[in-house]
Amino acid sequence: MSINKEGNSYTMIFAIIMVVIVGGLLAFISSTLKPIQMENVKNEKMQNILQAIGIEETANVTRDEAGAIFNDYITERIILDFDGNVQSNLSNEVAIKPASRKRTDETDAFNVDVRKYYNDLTGLMKKYPERGAEYEAELKEEGITYPLFVCENEGKKFYITYFSGKGLWDDIWGYISLKEDGRTIVGSVFDHKGETPGLGSKITEVPFNEDFLGKVITTEEGVYRPIKVIKPGKERKEYEVQGLSGATFTAVGVDEMMERSFSVYNKYFKSLALNNFSTSDQQVETVVISDSFSQMTPDTNQVLANK
Amino acid sequence: MSEKKEPIFSKKNKKLISDPLNLNNPVTIQVLGICSALAVTVQMDNAIVMSVAVLFVLVMGNLIVSLMRNLIPTKIKIIVQLVIVAALVIIVDQVLKAYVYDVSKSLSVFVGLIITNCIIMGRLEAFALGNKPWASILDGVGNGLGYGMILVIVAFFKELFGSGGITIPGLGKLDLIPEFMYNIGYEDNGLMLLPPSSLILVAIYIWVQKSRTPSLIDENAN
Repeated sequence: MSINKEGNSYTMIFAIIMVVIVGGLLAFISSTLKPIQMENVKNEKMQNILQAIGIEETANVTRDEAGAIFNDYITERIILDFDGNVQSNLSNEVAIKPASRKRTDETDAFNVDVRKYYNDLTGLMKKYPERGAEYEAELKEEGITYPLFVCENEGKKFYITYFSGKGLWDDIWGYISLKEDGRTIVGSVFDHKGETPGLGSKITEVPFNEDFLGKVITTEEGVYRPIKVIKPGKERKEYEVQGLSGATFTAVGVDEMMERSFSVYNKYFKSLALNNFSTSDQQVETVVISDSFSQMTPDTNQVLANK
Repeated sequence: MSEKKEPIFSKKNKKLISDPLNLNNPVTIQVLGICSALAVTVQMDNAIVMSVAVLFVLVMGNLIVSLMRNLIPTKIKIIVQLVIVAALVIIVDQVLKAYVYDVSKSLSVFVGLIITNCIIMGRLEAFALGNKPWASILDGVGNGLGYGMILVIVAFFKELFGSGGITIPGLGKLDLIPEFMYNIGYEDNGLMLLPPSSLILVAIYIWVQKSRTPSLIDENAN
């Protein structure tokens, strides 16, 4: 009996067999490679955090080494809530369990999905463009948390913060390390998903990151003052970073995510009383609320408060 | 099989590889796969990896379709080809993610877009469906190389004039424009990094290619 290849039943049977074979093959490949891929993602995150510290020992750590030495350098993994209070604090004696679909250790700062929280935030930011008290109240309800990694090396403490936001095309994120005074930047690592190669993608390169070194996130009086990325060529103040030409919107994204997260991290550093600044809490609050696009700069706020 | 076995690299088979490099280049003559030639040519290393990935998918796709050419029902042949290409691309993507994570990161969405590369569907439909496996493999290699060649040439000029150097896989960026050029006022041209400059470069390539090979000029064009 010869098969009629033009018939409907042959076509149907062919299609069914093909789909089953291809589907099975892809499912098999995906599930076999999944653990290796998860390991890559985890190690890369560790590598980014270690490189961001800003110390020589970990500046050139490779992705494979990162997993082994991560706990030698990162001594504490802290989760902060929106008010800068500590929600959980794990020491390096607790092993990191990477997030999986089934079970995620929510108390481990390493597993905090900053990206996911940013998604929740964008709706709120649109709803309250002024970012007033209502915005803050809803933020608290959302239960958004912020991971903070503490590194101890040769008696010095470093705080590594973690941001996520939107660039021109897609996600951007970054890690910035502050030294023990909780306000001076000593290292940074930025990365992106799909910024324009050769333009916005340069946020990952050394020249951009180098310019962050030594910048401070508070004024001399301890008032929070966001770091700004400004266009190249202009004269810069001590809290302004040289941007990249042709990458204005990537810079806007970097500004936005730093400002949003640093305002929270700063509350924590303030509570640690690392600095003996004599400012009232009220003053800090006013500055924190102002967003990056408002005309009120922290300096004018301060002038108003002093009057 | 009754017919005479032809040598592995017969004249006809060699032509399968050499034709797509010049006389029948998939990008410049058939104008297929232009979209990815615009998008992944900003850096040399991305262009090279993309070429290798397309080469792999093209060769494997051609081989599989050619082996199945007498089984595929004509009514759904396009769907069958699409499923084969899509499966191959997902395999490439998964393997890159697992074993060459950095490369997969820098290519990000472009790997997925191999599926939509017209060269692949074009070769499956025009060649592999009607030819034997070995010839199909050679056709895949030839077209993959022809595509990769254009990508690399375009990427070379774009990156050289756009960011002043070439990134080679494994070596990092080599600065080819000397420092003193910048000191006397030379600046990288940001436009070269954007898609329109690829169109201009591909057009210049076609111009050069056609003026060197008169047989390519369409007499009836005017």
